[in-house]
Amino acid sequence: MSIGQSIQEAVPFSYDEDVAFTKVTLWKRFRRHRLAMAGLVVLVCIVLVAVFAPMLAPFPPNHIDNVHWQGTPLPPCFENAKLCGGHPLGTDEVGRDELSRLLFGARASLQVGLFAVIIEIVIGSIVGAISGYYGGWVDYLLMRITDVFLSIPILPLLLVLTAIVVATSSRASLSFGVIVLVIGVLSWPNPARLVRASFLSLRNREFTEAARAVGNGDLRIIFRHLLPNAVAPIIVQATLDVANVIVLESTLSFLGMGIQPPTASWGNMLTGAQVNVENAWWAAVFPGIGILLTVLSINFIGDGLRDALDPGMH
Amino acid sequence: MLTYIVRRTLQAIPLLLLISVVLFLVAMKSSPAGPLTPYLTNPHITAADIARLRHNFGLDKPIWVQYYFWLNKTLHGDLGYSTSNAEPVTQAILQRLPATLELMGASLIIAITAGISLGIFSAVRPYSTADYIITTLAFFGQSMPVFWFALMMQLLFAVHGIPLPFGYEIQLPSAGMSSGSGFNLGDRIDHLIMPAFVLSLLQLALFSRFMRSSMLEVMKTDYMRTAAAKGLPFRTILFRHGFKNALIPVVTVIALSMPSLIGGAIVTETIFAWPGMGRLFINALQQSDIPLLMGYLNLTAILVVFFNLVADVTYAWLDPRVKFD
Repeated sequence: MSIGQSIQEAVPFSYDEDVAFTKVTLWKRFRRHRLAMAGLVVLVCIVLVAVFAPMLAPFPPNHIDNVHWQGTPLPPCFENAKLCGGHPLGTDEVGRDELSRLLFGARASLQVGLFAVIIEIVIGSIVGAISGYYGGWVDYLLMRITDVFLSIPILPLLLVLTAIVVATSSRASLSFGVIVLVIGVLSWPNPARLVRASFLSLRNREFTEAARAVGNGDLRIIFRHLLPNAVAPIIVQATLDVANVIVLESTLSFLGMGIQPPTASWGNMLTGAQVNVENAWWAAVFPGIGILLTVLSINFIGDGLRDALDPGMH
Repeated sequence: MLTYIVRRTLQAIPLLLLISVVLFLVAMKSSPAGPLTPYLTNPHITAADIARLRHNFGLDKPIWVQYYFWLNKTLHGDLGYSTSNAEPVTQAILQRLPATLELMGASLIIAITAGISLGIFSAVRPYSTADYIITTLAFFGQSMPVFWFALMMQLLFAVHGIPLPFGYEIQLPSAGMSSGSGFNLGDRIDHLIMPAFVLSLLQLALFSRFMRSSMLEVMKTDYMRTAAAKGLPFRTILFRHGFKNALIPVVTVIALSMPSLIGGAIVTETIFAWPGMGRLFINALQQSDIPLLMGYLNLTAILVVFFNLVADVTYAWLDPRVKFD
């Protein structure tokens, strides 16, 4: 994604090798970043809520309240305790409990974010490692492919790919796995560039020479000696990309090309709310706050990690 | 310098060709009938008709032959016929281009002026309350999903309106780019304010963060200390010596923000019913209009590659330390 990419290019990630990276010093540095700590607390709460959603939710997420709902969304209880019919945050346009759907929506967002980034980092690390380690024409070829994927704006490309999935089978086939896969497979170029840059500087260092002299194979050198040394920038990139992917997934779902109803996602909850924004503000406000809070806290954590892992910057 | 520009431009050509190959393969191979997909659901068109159309359009030829035909036509300015708009793709895109350029241009201007001003304002007083507020707000701006921000702006300024003293009210139009058919500058601006601001938010936040860190970096340099030691007034130091140098990395960031601006425009245009390319794209998407989707994706890729080139060239031009090899 362009944000991550531009951040790397303007602020080259270089850390001082002399600083010892023990877990204790890292945690100490991270703790000094107040916003990152606040982000961590909020994110832990959101994760807990997502994990225990089935226990916390007052209603099943797809349950339509036929008793109270009369065709218009029910208001939240703090706005109108008589009309809310026991729904703390009201209902959506077809009478489903807003709070329950919010809790289950957190699951969708976090899962897509986590799994897509795992795919992205695995592909990106492998491509970047091969490219940076071997250099030469392999590097040239892989980097041109990377350029191709970086030059096509990701949102329209994602929309076209998901639309093709819909056209070839059906809208219902846009399952969770498909969304995760498409996003993950399309966002590897940024980590690939990052890992390649680290490998270019690491492959000529003495410990690499030593590892080779002892008779280690390429694979062992790459995975045992080089990759662990390149892990700091990958962690920061991965964290920030979880935030990017969550925004991307909710945008896709909002446009009808992501997680499909009736499964609740914060993005597709807002699609329905858009039509009723005049008489049901709650349905338009709460899912967005969910996305904003999650993404914001992950971005704060990413910033804190960057500072903690890269003391040279401050 | 000129040879550098020429060389970089020549390097962009194989990249664009490679992009078009990838997009062509995606469009032709992964949809059930390529550009004929919309006809599959039409009850008046039989399987025999599809087969005939396939033959007539050359879709039964090997894929590289098809690509050659496509490339040949594209280079002659013919992007094919849009099935969802019943007009040539080139015409459909050119008709919507001005609206998109107006929206993107306005939001870039907002993002650049406000972002850079806020960044300098923060950098001049680092770790002050104002700096913390601006930096935190920038994080909010960066984390805000565009479509939700658009909805909230509509809720605030279009649905309810913000009451002002003396019975006035801020109420902005939330759909389209003008009301009525004639050209009315005030009306056009009214329609532009909300979508342009919504689209600019992410860039604004990004630019202000970059400007701040770049300015802080520059303020630590020796030449800034020298300028201060000479007794120059603070304003002169800041703008003559500091600002110019701090701007160099920010210019790159501005040029590289193109892909996210294009993505944001799709969302913004959809929500504000803005008659631009983004909405054209979404319509084409819903009707499997492959020629139009291809045209749009190639055009945006050209834009991105062009602005990457601009980023490199301006960087080399602004920073005399960069050597062209």
